[in-house]
Amino acid sequence: MNQKKRIVVIGATSAIAEHCCRLWMQRGPVELILVARNVALAERIAADLRARSGQAEVSVETMDFLSTPAIADSVARWTSQMPVDIALIAHGVLSPQQPCQDDIEKTRESVEVNGVSPILFAEAFAGAMERAGGGTIGMIGSVAGDRGRRINYVYGASKALMDRYAQGMQHRFAGTAIKVVLIKPGPTDTPMTADQKARGRRLASVESVAQGTVDAIDRGTAVAYLPRKWQLIMFVVRALPDFIFNRLNI
Amino acid sequence: MRPVSSWGRLSAEPHQVTALSDIATLADELHGKGPAIPLGRGRSYGDACLNPGGTLLDTARLDRFHSFDPEMGRLVCEAGVQLRDIQRFMVPRGWGLPVIPGTQHVSVGGAIANDVHGKNHHRVGSFGNHVRNLTLVRTDGGVVDCGPGVRPDLFAATVGGIGLTGLIATAELQLQPVTGPWLDTEILPYRSLDEFLTLADDSESLWEHTVSWLDCTAGSRARGIFLRANPAVDQSGKPPSPRRLAVPVTPPFPLFNRLTLPVFNSAYYHLNSRRGGARRRPFDTFLFPLDDLQDWNRLYGPRGFYQYQLVVPRDAGPAALRDILDIIARSGQGSFLAVIKTFGDRASPGLLSFPTPGVTLSLDFPNRGARTERLFVELDAVVRAAAGRLYLAKDARMPRELFEAGYPRAAALAKFRDPGMSSGMSRRLMGQ
Ligand SMILES: Cc1cc2nc3c(=O)[nH]c(=O)nc-3n(C[C@H](O)[C@H](O)[C@H](O)COP(=O)(O)OP(=O)(O)OC[C@H]3O[C@@H](n4cnc5c(N)ncnc54)[C@H](O)[C@@H]3O)c2cc1C
Ligand SMILES: NC(=O)c1ccc[n+]([C@@H]2O[C@H](COP(=O)([O-])OP(=O)(O)OC[C@H]3O[C@@H](n4cnc5c(N)ncnc54)[C@H](OP(=O)(O)O)[C@@H]3O)[C@@H](O)[C@H]2O)c1
Repeated sequence: MNQKKRIVVIGATSAIAEHCCRLWMQRGPVELILVARNVALAERIAADLRARSGQAEVSVETMDFLSTPAIADSVARWTSQMPVDIALIAHGVLSPQQPCQDDIEKTRESVEVNGVSPILFAEAFAGAMERAGGGTIGMIGSVAGDRGRRINYVYGASKALMDRYAQGMQHRFAGTAIKVVLIKPGPTDTPMTADQKARGRRLASVESVAQGTVDAIDRGTAVAYLPRKWQLIMFVVRALPDFIFNRLNI
Repeated sequence: MRPVSSWGRLSAEPHQVTALSDIATLADELHGKGPAIPLGRGRSYGDACLNPGGTLLDTARLDRFHSFDPEMGRLVCEAGVQLRDIQRFMVPRGWGLPVIPGTQHVSVGGAIANDVHGKNHHRVGSFGNHVRNLTLVRTDGGVVDCGPGVRPDLFAATVGGIGLTGLIATAELQLQPVTGPWLDTEILPYRSLDEFLTLADDSESLWEHTVSWLDCTAGSRARGIFLRANPAVDQSGKPPSPRRLAVPVTPPFPLFNRLTLPVFNSAYYHLNSRRGGARRRPFDTFLFPLDDLQDWNRLYGPRGFYQYQLVVPRDAGPAALRDILDIIARSGQGSFLAVIKTFGDRASPGLLSFPTPGVTLSLDFPNRGARTERLFVELDAVVRAAAGRLYLAKDARMPRELFEAGYPRAAALAKFRDPGMSSGMSRRLMGQ
């Protein structure tokens, strides 16, 4: 296959997404559409990707990630001329829990950015891919979505929304050429976790998580915990009975 | 604050680590940030990249390419880009870095700030010889360019300047054409220091990469393995992706000790003399064998280890090296990884650059406290008498007077320093 792969990255300034793009660059000709809120940063990422590969076509777009019409129109525009092979939906913000409790407006913002916006993008791409007869939607969820915890359940619950949504779409597209891939990273070394890192917490490298993401998208893996050990850890965390779990400070 | 160690794992002092992430706001971020020192990948063995109790300016995320000119082979990139990344993306396009040290896991900034050398020093000189321009950001918020043609004095102070002239934000590098990822290699056993020197002299004109491993448990009756390589004539086929292993935990004591060393060394010697001869090998497994064993520095145990790398001028070389090997053999603190190589005549660009024409030897020693330091004091005396010097990228302990004797141009650095930059090493060797 000599055709350029067409890839749309939503939240393209995310460190995980950026490293996915670098890996895609390495593998041959691609056309990348980087969609981001911070255009200046996205332009620097685009320049980097162009310098890395002689055969990449990279463009940058910006939009309001919370606007339903903008999402519908943009996805229609990206998919109308030619099908999209991969849509990676990466944006998210690790909203601190306490401010969300103190001000429910912040709770709404967090749930919208981390939960509602990604599923609206996913639904819009799903329709387009269904019409085109193929494609892969990658969504970056989180291990935080596996069980609600007092320290981050606003963020966690938003990610959990993505969980059921991906599950439903996987059911819908079972046996077709459309794949829905849910990535669940554990704590990863990106700007999102800068203060955890400063406190000395061990984090997975963003390169390894990006590699796992690209591999999972290649294979159409339904749910990929990255690094793999989180699958086992979260299995245990989900299985803990409440009377134990509620006493733990995790 | 969190504990940070360099590659030798000799200390784990608390540091304020500031992750720099955005090139656009660097000048603001650095403003008033002293006393601080840039951190690349922390592959220096000692305190060049440490600043106990102070700030480290972590460049890991300043890792973007800015532009590449595929006609001229010129790459402009941020200082946190790893050399491995440049190779990965550029070799398939027919270009590669002229100079890579024994590991590809170093940053462009670290490679410049220690003016690193590779196994092809006799051909291409050091890393700084291939830097066309760089942009420095200083803690007063100033941004200055320098290069061989623009502010050459500041450039000479910055190349090999261990971070003291400011933070290198971006650099323009001249790459060299490469034909592919394969090398034609030869492995030759030798049985004396003289034999090594003859091999080295004979190989320099015909071979691009030369290096040698030395069994230093045998004293001055040294034996070793000489490696040399050229770009392969036949570049067909994709090299196998190497198997990556990792050392998962730090053993409670150094695995290389008095009992195991002769065994390791002997085994290594015999293994290689037998598998010797000519063969085509992938460039990365040949040039960076240790990169496939992640965290190998843990093998030296919880107290860490020193690397002692010296260079002595060619005429003083053989005698000084013999003395050094005798001292080591007598001390019973042999080194597993003893690497010996000749440097060529190309002048290094930096005031504090390490490479100088002669023979360089590097030795690893597990940290045994005072015993190890006593050995170093003896070795220092030989280096000093031979008008040699020790490599700052490896050093964690040399006395100030040996530094001043080995680096006579060091005093000239003072007027180019960024007053906000200071490291464990600069305080130890320069007083501030
Ligand atoms: C296995 C191994 C093999 C090696 N082999 C060789 C070899 O063959 N030849 C050789 O020459 N060296 C060799 N080295 C040493 C290594 O190449 C140097 O220590 C190199 O400088 C490490 O780069 P780094 O990115 O890790 O920098 P660090 O170790 O983090 O920093 C090194 C110095 O550079 C400064 N610095 C880093 N980034 C910047 C920046 N952006 N601006 C200004 N200053 C900066 C730091 O302040 C510090 O003084 C080897 C090291 C290892 C671990
Ligand atoms: N890092 C981890 O430990 C970890 C663990 C589990 C899951 N994840 C998930 O992985 C994904 C990628 O995160 P990352 O680790 O790569 O972190 P990151 O580099 O901080 O990226 C976060 C991205 O989300 C974007 N974003 C945030 N709020 C937005 C908004 N309101 N509108 C538009 N874009 C917005 C950011 O854009 P700007 O550049 O404009 O701010 C940025 O591109 C996220 O979904 C995150 O939840 C991360």
